[in-house]
Amino acid sequence: MPKSKEQHLAELPKKKFKIMNFVWVVIMILGLFLSVDVTNTHISVLFNNFSQFTDIFVQMCHPDWGYAATAIPLLIETIKMAILGTVMGSAIAFVYSLLIARNIVKNKAVTGILRIIMNIVRTIPDLLLGAIFVAVVGIGPVAGVLALTVFTFGVVVKLFYEAIETIDPGPIEALTAVGANKLQIIHFAVMPQIITYFISYVLYAFEINVRASTVLGYIGAGGIGLYLQQTLQVFDYAKTGMIILVIIVVVVIIDYISTKSREALMK
Amino acid sequence: MGTTMKKLPPKPVDTKKKIQHWTIAIVTVVLIIWSFVGMDFGGIKASAGQIAGAIVAGIFHPDWSYVYNGSGEDLISQLWETICIAFLGTFISAIISLPFAFWAANTRHKKWYTSRSGKVVLAVIRSFPEIVLALMFIKAVGPGSAAGVLALGFHSVGMLAKLFSEAIENLEEGANEAVTAAGGSKFNIIMFATMPNLMPALISNTLYRFDVSIRSASILGLVGAGGVGYPLIIALQYRQWNRVGVILVGIIVMVVIIDWISGWIRKKLV
Repeated sequence: MPKSKEQHLAELPKKKFKIMNFVWVVIMILGLFLSVDVTNTHISVLFNNFSQFTDIFVQMCHPDWGYAATAIPLLIETIKMAILGTVMGSAIAFVYSLLIARNIVKNKAVTGILRIIMNIVRTIPDLLLGAIFVAVVGIGPVAGVLALTVFTFGVVVKLFYEAIETIDPGPIEALTAVGANKLQIIHFAVMPQIITYFISYVLYAFEINVRASTVLGYIGAGGIGLYLQQTLQVFDYAKTGMIILVIIVVVVIIDYISTKSREALMK
Repeated sequence: MGTTMKKLPPKPVDTKKKIQHWTIAIVTVVLIIWSFVGMDFGGIKASAGQIAGAIVAGIFHPDWSYVYNGSGEDLISQLWETICIAFLGTFISAIISLPFAFWAANTRHKKWYTSRSGKVVLAVIRSFPEIVLALMFIKAVGPGSAAGVLALGFHSVGMLAKLFSEAIENLEEGANEAVTAAGGSKFNIIMFATMPNLMPALISNTLYRFDVSIRSASILGLVGAGGVGYPLIIALQYRQWNRVGVILVGIIVMVVIIDWISGWIRKKLV
């Protein structure tokens, strides 16, 4: 019996079967099996030893409050590292962004080469930079500051040059028309349009740097991460818990301040 | 007469704003000086320049024999392991993130404290250092890539669920209402309105997180959680600068290729 019209209308239209979607799902499942095989991750292992994991976690949840006082000097060092790294990295990024923005530097060869260098620097993760700088300048906060400088540069330069490229070209043309030189154009036409963005990106980079600087100490690049390593090595999880608590509190406070000031800035 | 024409009108002065700006500027400068004062720049090794030169030379004269020798300990297999760690870690975190995202999303049908509490939980997960998580998992499952996978899988939830919940908050209500109006059940709403609208954002955010995870996975080896970070730290300790160079080049090439592929997919998605 053919379906009546009402029944027809009540049915949902058939979805078109897309071959590409099917291919993607197959790729994902293959990738899943492959990576499980390569990394040798079996969920059973986790469940077998999960008591150990929770054991550590429970110990961390009983932080050794007295240890907080010991952590303060290195905490201050951590924040200092983050500030210095942010300032130095942003300063370099500021100049560099002006050099790679295509609406300021017209020479495509120069911007192209500088951009390739920027993209290479951007690929290196923060802790890796830390490990390399520890090998180069030795253990201590200087290695951390240098690592954060390079890292900040990578974060800020990308955001900032993209902001520069989207500015209104009108003022630049106006100043070119009255015969201004490059520096005057940058000062009077480019700067007023982008300075708030720049400050906002610097604050954003500072947030990331505070997070990054707290673990840099683990590999010897200065800051509170040193205690992380020391307490973990002697299995003193109560103290580790305290350090983590301090880190979380500081990160949350600085995130809050920076987010609020960024909102105020962009108003 | 000529001089009067050239004069610009004076800029309007807003005293309150000016004071505000100056205060911020002074505080910033004081903070920067304060950070410089306590820093011990004397601790730099005398051989710093030499080592930096050796690493740069190592990048240009990489240890080619290390790239592939079929032993399973070479650069290619280490990089492959890193990619697998990131892939599996991202996969796990994407699955865990979904319920968290619905919890933290601030939609109209919820009490304010539900989404607020979800956001706080995610913020705490985000702030928990990845390295420490990796060390905890090393204690649980032993050193190796499995610890790295689990650490990544759990740590990424903080960021990924936040991105997901923002995507949920930005959803149009229209499609949901249309399905409700046509008599769809709650399950129908999710199947025919929420999920199809949400999917592109979810995939795009997951791919973005995969980019980040690749970088994290190459770090986790520094503490023994598998991946290319382990041979790197060994090479740094044994001062094999050629090997450091080739590993760095390998990481950079891997990250650039993965970024490029995921950028390409995300562009097609939009």
